[in-house]
Amino acid sequence: MTENGCEYRERVLTMDTMNPNVKRVEYAVRGPIVQRAVQIERELKMGIKKPFTEVIKANIGDCHAMGQKPITFFRQVLALCSYPDLLEDSKFPEDAKSRARRILQACGGGSLGAYSTSQGIEMVRQDVARYIERRDGGITCDPDNIYLSTGASDAIVTMLKLLVSGEGASRTGVMISIPQYPLYSAALAELGAVQISYYLDEDNCWSLDINELRRALQEAKKHCRPRALCIINPGNPTGQVQSRQCIEDVIRFAAEEHLFLMADEVYQDNVYADGCKFHSFKKVLFEMGMEYSQKVELASFHSTSKCYMGECGFRGGYMEVVNLDPEVKVQLTKLVSVRLCPPVPGQALLDVVVSPPQPDEPSYDTFMKERTDTLATLAEKASMTQEILNQVPGIKCNPVQGAMYTFPRIQLPPKAIQEAKEKGQAPDMFYCMKLLEEKGICLVPGSGFGQRDGTYHFRMTILPPKEKLKIVLAKIKEFHQHFVEQYS
Amino acid sequence: MNANVKKVDYAVRGPIVQRAVQIEKELKEGVKKPFEEVIKANIGDAHAMGQRPITFFRQVMALCTYPELLDDNKFPEDAKNRARRILQSCGGNSIGAYTTSQGIDCVRHDVANYIQRRDGGIPSDPDNIYLTTGASDGIVTILKLLTAGEGRTRTGVMISIPQYPLYSASIAELGAVQVSYYLNEEKCWSLDISELQRALQAAREHCNPRVLCIINPGNPTGQVQSRQCIEDVIRFAAKENLFLMADEVYQDNVYAEGCKFHSFKKVLFEMGPEYSSKVELASFHSTSKCYMGECGFRGGYMEVINMDADVKAQLTKLVSVRLCPPAPGQALMDLVVNSPQPGEPSYQTFMKERTAVLSALAEKAKLTEEILNTVPGISCNPVQGAMYSFPRITLPERAINEAKAKGQAPDMFYCMKLLEETGICLVPGSGFGQREGTYHFRMTILPPTDKLKIMLNKLKEFHQKFTQQYS
Repeated sequence: MTENGCEYRERVLTMDTMNPNVKRVEYAVRGPIVQRAVQIERELKMGIKKPFTEVIKANIGDCHAMGQKPITFFRQVLALCSYPDLLEDSKFPEDAKSRARRILQACGGGSLGAYSTSQGIEMVRQDVARYIERRDGGITCDPDNIYLSTGASDAIVTMLKLLVSGEGASRTGVMISIPQYPLYSAALAELGAVQISYYLDEDNCWSLDINELRRALQEAKKHCRPRALCIINPGNPTGQVQSRQCIEDVIRFAAEEHLFLMADEVYQDNVYADGCKFHSFKKVLFEMGMEYSQKVELASFHSTSKCYMGECGFRGGYMEVVNLDPEVKVQLTKLVSVRLCPPVPGQALLDVVVSPPQPDEPSYDTFMKERTDTLATLAEKASMTQEILNQVPGIKCNPVQGAMYTFPRIQLPPKAIQEAKEKGQAPDMFYCMKLLEEKGICLVPGSGFGQRDGTYHFRMTILPPKEKLKIVLAKIKEFHQHFVEQYS
Repeated sequence: MNANVKKVDYAVRGPIVQRAVQIEKELKEGVKKPFEEVIKANIGDAHAMGQRPITFFRQVMALCTYPELLDDNKFPEDAKNRARRILQSCGGNSIGAYTTSQGIDCVRHDVANYIQRRDGGIPSDPDNIYLTTGASDGIVTILKLLTAGEGRTRTGVMISIPQYPLYSASIAELGAVQVSYYLNEEKCWSLDISELQRALQAAREHCNPRVLCIINPGNPTGQVQSRQCIEDVIRFAAKENLFLMADEVYQDNVYAEGCKFHSFKKVLFEMGPEYSSKVELASFHSTSKCYMGECGFRGGYMEVINMDADVKAQLTKLVSVRLCPPAPGQALMDLVVNSPQPGEPSYQTFMKERTAVLSALAEKAKLTEEILNTVPGISCNPVQGAMYSFPRITLPERAINEAKAKGQAPDMFYCMKLLEETGICLVPGSGFGQREGTYHFRMTILPPTDKLKIMLNKLKEFHQKFTQQYS
């Protein structure tokens, strides 16, 4: 009997009875360390004294949360779409108004509140297709191959879902980099697919080695049916921007080994390093000629969350599918229809992202200034981060070529590693937890992304405002030196 | 490809809608048809059918989106205050920041307060609230958590026939077992406990039934369950160890006299601790229906009651992988649960708009039932709530045979002809489930009253013609 006199009864939904795949899911970007960070923030609010006055959340690629401003034009258009009475307001420029009217005309009942078609507002998909064509030097893009999605994550999970089948030795295997953005490992765990890890080469700026792909694939064939190859370019957490040659090699490999290619390109505007350039998989594929462009099945993903927009909260995104079997495509369309449609404000936002102000339009100058400033600031911070971290003995940071993160390698004294293991903690989690408790800086341990055995890393965003970032980096330097002393 | 995905069907946007879209394109190209427009009465999309958004909500959304407008004297103070409050709880004061995965704290607090007020003071813990991307997202997440086992121990999910096909689609995709219980058409689509019992017993022979889903007010049937019925369902779930999922997205859409919305949470707690401390319940709500009709924003929430603490941690972990629901939808939900109060500048306009929308729906519900019931061969239960009518249609033997010869469900055959001849797009009953040998269609009551009248009369004509043609 329980306290209130009721008979004890086992719940229906318990750890034993729940979906076992869900138990295997981990997502470090919002995992235990972030939960502790949130708790500490509460403690600070309650007046508890700490060695710091604020928690700096450098764990997640959330630009606006770290002070980046939205693009004025985008927010104007969205406000006009939300409350069309504002179309009478002279405060808004004509180009914003015409974009808004155009979007609203494409919405049911002229309202953002109507469901859109499940594949996404047709006009937006057409605009996305044109954007892709412009970006890729004129290579045709069919709007019917575009699916708008609730952030890129949604589309990535949908494609993985389609790909997962078989049982035991014939279960779908999905190749993904180590380190990787843990949406992939989480989705694979949830879907019960087999994760096939291929190691990026830390000694060579996190580049991708075809030999390593080959090795991983051969190994995997013994216990599963490898079917997809995922690549994040520019990389998360590593920030590497793959060379064109590398992309060609990956495409050739996918063609030879009959793998479905998934190209996560959400950071396509975030390229900073000299000599680095973003090459879309679609473009390279088509430039390789029909032998490849007619055969390789490719899904490319983009989002409104990163680049210079940083509009994470809107959950805007799309994917382009190339060479998808027509019957499977019908199944894809059917599958997305069950969830009705992606958020319409996110679709509207995506529309202005792919059709921004043009040189002859009133908002152009402001738009370009904002865009350039944001990207230039990120480039500066990428450079600064790399420089400062590389001054710390025991921290080694590859160039942050693109994206929004640094993933430096940290050397941990054996005594620290020992203590961590005794606590049942990954050594880099142990390190990051101490950093959080002592300095109020929240990073994500490398174990959350994957790394070679015996190596340790952390992922830090380059998003805090420059002055704050300098302070954060200085504190990390202090902390690391102190930590190494403490555990030597 | 994934074999489960092939088993998924979602009739609301299925083949008949695809044909409707094609016909719209043909009309645009100038192809001559016996009608000038396609009337999409297939989907519960209020704005698409001309319903206006609530002014206050859109004002606050605009202010949140472009905070410069906070200096604009065209906006009322109460809208500005709501916007400021929402922005303050957003990272960097921007709705472009990710929110916490469970949803913005202050919104969850407001949701909890709303639930408490709605339920006569029964407490709601904000920590039991999860904001979601529409109600569908929350529903699928809970079903996902519940799906386990293999073969005979595979999770069985009880759902009504007829049902909103998100349930059957999700069950198929997750590879769970659908356990159908029939609503009683002769008694206004009410729920019979003995039928629940029958379905459960039968199901136990081949699966492990763990969850009971109920949609109230109902979709597609529109029935509003009585309080007694809700108590009985709770008692049944308690007795049979079932997790209860209460889909309550139409909670403000109640039209018929004598009908009232009783939330499962409220009834559960009024039944005392023997039930309220035991029965595991998840209740779902959305910004898509009621008087808001803001489908495109994908706003929603669920409240979980008596969830095992460890499972709840797993739930929180699971939703964190997708980062967060859309922030605009969260902001909108905040306004829905925290709407203008008496004394606030926007109150009168708000109430006027809300009342106008709900009474128009009530009128149209009645009109629909009346007109359809004048058609020999069509029998329409009262549309007590929600946004649809689900009338039974009698089809001539010859029509049924022709349909079967074509490999088509007879009501699909009927609806396709209706579409081709009148431009009216409905969804055949086979898309929702129905008793063998019966046929239905689901039609929304959403077109503007005049258009609805025209539509119903065209339907009447069509049915008579169809019946003659196939007799």
